[in-house]
Amino acid sequence: MTGEQTLSDTPWLEQGAEPFIKIRGVTKKFGEFTAVDNIDLDIYQGELFCLLGGSGCGKSTLLRMLSGFETPTSGSITIDGMDMSNVPPYERPTNMMFQSYALFPHMTVEKNVAFGLKQDKIPVAEINDRVHDILTLVELQDYKKRKPQQLSGGQKQRVALARALVKQPKLLLLDEPLAALDKKLREQTQFELMNIQEKVGITFVVVTHDQEEAMTLSTRIAVMNDGEFMQLGTPTEIYEFPESRFVADFIGSANMLEGRIVEDGPDHVRVKTDLGEVFIDHGQSVKEGSRVWIAIRPEKMHLSKEPPLKPGPNQAFGMVDDIGYLGDISIYKIRLENNQIIDVTAPNQIRPKSRTHTITWEEKVYLHWQASSAVLLTK
Amino acid sequence: MTETSALAVVDPAPPRLGAVSQLARRMQAGWRSIVIFIPYVWLFVFFLLPFFIVAKISVAELKMASPPYTDLIKWAEDGIMTIRITFENFTYIFEDDLYSKTYINSLKISSISTILCLLIGYPIAYGIIRSGPVARRLLLFAIILPFWTSFLLRVYAWMGLLADRGTINNVLIWLGLIDEPIRMLYSEFAVYIGIVYTYLPFMILPLYANMEKLDATLNEVAADLGSRPMNTFFKVTLPLTMPGIIAGSLLVFIPATGEYVIPDLLGGGNVLMIGRLLFNEFNQNVDWPTASAVAIVLLFLLVLPMTIYQYYQGKAMEDQ
Ligand SMILES: Nc1ncnc2c1ncn2[C@@H]1O[C@H](COP(=O)(O)OP(=O)(O)O)[C@@H](O)[C@H]1O
Ligand SMILES: [Mg+2]
Repeated sequence: MTGEQTLSDTPWLEQGAEPFIKIRGVTKKFGEFTAVDNIDLDIYQGELFCLLGGSGCGKSTLLRMLSGFETPTSGSITIDGMDMSNVPPYERPTNMMFQSYALFPHMTVEKNVAFGLKQDKIPVAEINDRVHDILTLVELQDYKKRKPQQLSGGQKQRVALARALVKQPKLLLLDEPLAALDKKLREQTQFELMNIQEKVGITFVVVTHDQEEAMTLSTRIAVMNDGEFMQLGTPTEIYEFPESRFVADFIGSANMLEGRIVEDGPDHVRVKTDLGEVFIDHGQSVKEGSRVWIAIRPEKMHLSKEPPLKPGPNQAFGMVDDIGYLGDISIYKIRLENNQIIDVTAPNQIRPKSRTHTITWEEKVYLHWQASSAVLLTK
Repeated sequence: MTETSALAVVDPAPPRLGAVSQLARRMQAGWRSIVIFIPYVWLFVFFLLPFFIVAKISVAELKMASPPYTDLIKWAEDGIMTIRITFENFTYIFEDDLYSKTYINSLKISSISTILCLLIGYPIAYGIIRSGPVARRLLLFAIILPFWTSFLLRVYAWMGLLADRGTINNVLIWLGLIDEPIRMLYSEFAVYIGIVYTYLPFMILPLYANMEKLDATLNEVAADLGSRPMNTFFKVTLPLTMPGIIAGSLLVFIPATGEYVIPDLLGGGNVLMIGRLLFNEFNQNVDWPTASAVAIVLLFLLVLPMTIYQYYQGKAMEDQ
């Protein structure tokens, strides 16, 4: 960046900002089967955008349409102002990092990385410099002469990343870049990936089925299901303001209560559920009497052995059915009067004096949550 | 401590059990050496022994007798052993340019046939890999199908097709494309047709086996990195299918060089190939020593490609 043009951190909120990638009404059918269903999407320069969804929801297909390996059945894709309809993969300003890494087995690390530069007829000296620089960036400068078979999973992943990055594409597409790594390495690599993206300043579109990964990496996330976008937003928006039961459930976990609107005021909503009344401290225009769902995150419920001082909304009680001790937190499964199980998580901030939990099995406990914690969902 | 040692003294079972298991182990080792031994016996009886017999005959002299060559070792009456070896057969082969011409022609025909098989077989193998699972099985079956009829029968069928009054000429005349039959049978052209036709499956099958292991994503990676399809073929697909190309080429080249039936039936007297020469020396001239020398020279001509084949087989195994 030269400083002439400072990029906003939230370009999608800017009035009149020109999107870098414009996806308009894109549909992809395989025979009768619709893999991607009428998608509209704008992605901005410098974003680290995540496509998140379960297996088979069409994430890879959408990515492959961006890279040119699949042609949309209908709709259009524009990258940096250029219509991509008739542009073959080898002429697109994009590079892709494949899920299986797909390193060339007959080439050394160095040759793998240099392959893309050679296609552009770049002078040998410059190729060597750029290969050296990118291998230094991914900390593989000592592995230049190795063949892919002689590398560990994490090293292969970094070669694949270097090979895709070295051409300095306008857009880097990554299909489940970290899925093949074990948990520790994956978490570490997530941050490396973010650092690298910041350094090179290239727009990234990442496909993942791992919601934690999506939350950690992205500027924005599109949650996909059955070829459609369920919700589009920043990690915080997606987590704290899910718009549907699917998203609330897919991202993290949520306790879902069914109920009916009793009162819909300008600054509050009251909902009648099996557990009693739920009071939500922000207005939402829904018809009184209509069926709704309340989602409450397990960490936003408070657990206590003492009954509340005075009865009111946003309270419930039940029996401890099960406790999952995870070390840093514990998950309590609370069985309510109507037999519904509610998950509550609580951090283990204080090291217990004895080796037993302060709250134990079959104990009667009281739940409450703040009026701002519950999310009202209509679909 | 004391308890266990007392037990060991009282109970004789452990040492007996040990003996049984030892016997079992020894028998197992015996079996293993037998199993390892079988291929060596096979190689000795069916390869090394015949080779030595042929080598022996190649350094003997021609004799009007049965068998028609002199003994290598002679015992004089006073018990003195004399060994008679002659390299005249070999010098004869190198002096008479009929032999060198025939060797060169054989190598020329087998090389060109190998290249033709590769040019035809490679796209076929690639096409089979690229087709759907059902079509793939059918196509593979079609490649193997000719093996179900006799090789001789198939060569005779080509005679019927290529003859002056054969099917191809008849059809061409009937269509009015030619007035006089084209001479195809008893020419090098017919020999090429016969060899390429016969050995094509030996090219396709190793290529298929090699290409099956090829990751199709690599083509996409190459395209993604800016490589056009043609460049991708030469930089990615071709190097990765090299083991298959070498295996297939040698499987065609080696037997084609020594081929006898095809040049005899389809080439007639007009095509010089070493297999026919060998046959003539053995049967018409009844000159076993010269025939053996011809065979030994052929063997050494083929050792080089066979060594290459072995080397690449070994390397391919290492890579997996
Ligand atoms: N080439 C293809 N032919 C037929 N169906 C396909 C093809 N590619 C993908 N699909 C189907 O499209 C759906 C979405 O696939 P994909 O985009 O790979 O999902 P994912 O979200 O797991 O990456 C899947 O049901 C898959 O079976
Ligand atoms: Mg996928």
